[in-house]
Amino acid sequence: MRALAVARGVAWRTLHNVFTNPSLLIPSLVFPLFFFVAFAGGLSQVDNVPGFDFPLGYTAFQFVFVLLQSAAFGGVFTGFGIARDFETGFARRLLLAAPNRTGIVLGYAGAALVRWLVTAAVLTIVALVVGMNVGGDGIDLLGLYTLALLVNIAAVLWAAGVAMRLRTMQAGPVMQMPVFLVLFFAPVYVPLSLLQGWIHWLATVNPLTRVLEAGRGFLAGSPTEVGVAFAVALGLAALFSLWALRGLRSAEAAG
Amino acid sequence: MSNVFAGQVLTLAQRSVVRTVRQPANIVFPLVFPLLLLAVNAGGLEAATRLPGFPTDSFVAFALAIPFIQGALFATMNAGTDLARDIQTGFLNRLALTPMRAIALLTGQLGGIVAMGVIQSLVYLGVGLAVGVRLESGPAGGLVLVGLAVLISIGFGALGAFAALRTGSGEAVQSLFPVFFVFLFLSSMAMPRNLIEIDWFRAVATVNPVSYLIEAIRSLIIVGWDGEALALGFGFAFAITVVAVALASMALRTRLARS
Repeated sequence: MRALAVARGVAWRTLHNVFTNPSLLIPSLVFPLFFFVAFAGGLSQVDNVPGFDFPLGYTAFQFVFVLLQSAAFGGVFTGFGIARDFETGFARRLLLAAPNRTGIVLGYAGAALVRWLVTAAVLTIVALVVGMNVGGDGIDLLGLYTLALLVNIAAVLWAAGVAMRLRTMQAGPVMQMPVFLVLFFAPVYVPLSLLQGWIHWLATVNPLTRVLEAGRGFLAGSPTEVGVAFAVALGLAALFSLWALRGLRSAEAAG
Repeated sequence: MSNVFAGQVLTLAQRSVVRTVRQPANIVFPLVFPLLLLAVNAGGLEAATRLPGFPTDSFVAFALAIPFIQGALFATMNAGTDLARDIQTGFLNRLALTPMRAIALLTGQLGGIVAMGVIQSLVYLGVGLAVGVRLESGPAGGLVLVGLAVLISIGFGALGAFAALRTGSGEAVQSLFPVFFVFLFLSSMAMPRNLIEIDWFRAVATVNPVSYLIEAIRSLIIVGWDGEALALGFGFAFAITVVAVALASMALRTRLARS
């Protein structure tokens, strides 16, 4: 109960900061839209490439990637806020005051989730307005958004672990770069079958590829690799929970 | 008098370069990140070369122009942030008390950008050649390419300096980065303009000067000597540089008058 009370307080403060500060809110809303426009608009000709077999067209193909990307970066952006809290000394005061410190991690994760839900809603509305085709039913779409939600949780826990260990805004690239690499070494622009050479190999072994392929399957209404995708997403979230909690211990030890 | 001015510029350019070199992140990130994106895009979009009308059968060659622009953007941000720090720490105010001419500060700062631009261009070109890209315009085209990339760096660098001088804030300079990135993404960066299917996107890419900067560099790599592409690329790069330097000079005068 005490953990939940702390989580509620931390989440409320983080969300209040984000939603009352345009410089924090606007990038997290605008960037996914921008990537969606740039990829789906500029590269729409790619669905004419021989072998491109996604039935809903290139806009829907890119939507799933951008949705997962927004989930992951929503988590990373929240990590920046944690690092800032350590730099300003707020997090140290929070560590002193909180009766249950696990609630701090839970609170940041909850805030990242709410923050991403707003972004996902805006992105989905824009995608539908520009005519994105949707093949899946309600259950399929629930699967897609649940997968993205798990990616968001995994990303914020990863970023929280880094922020609590390094406790400086300069840790930004350390939080961001691995997430960027994992995302972009998946089949971003074309289906896995059209990738060749080293990038095909890398995309095949990249766990996020399973999540992306399953997400596209959900949107198309022909679910594929669902079990593996959920296992990967849940596994990442579980692994980074430990990473974040160990980070919290590291911050506690640093005083 | 001109020797004195040259000495001032040289000193400040040296300071700008040394300051950059002392922060490895300022060198490594602008060098590595564009190459990483090149690898990702070239690998992921190789299949796009099978589209009818695509101008080359190598997406690496097609996309090699992009790092030159991205590198210029990163250098710009770093240089602008450094100048903003000079303002925030009071260095510019102290400099105003010395006999140093104000314009030497701007020229020196841009001198540092030129040095970074040359290094970056040589690295990108070297990596491109190492992965099998052949310059259709030959070795002379390589020199022209580096020259254009440096001119672009100066233009963007002056824009960064303008932002720094106008706002005096490193954060404000950093916030320009997404704006530049929008220009980059809404260009013919990933697809030739004639193959962009969406009408409004093609229209935006056509009026976006960054398209012409990319296309000029790209023409040297995959076409050879394309007079029109080069004239447009150099023309826009020159125009951006002139306007940006004029704006930065005015902002510098205003900033020094205030201090």
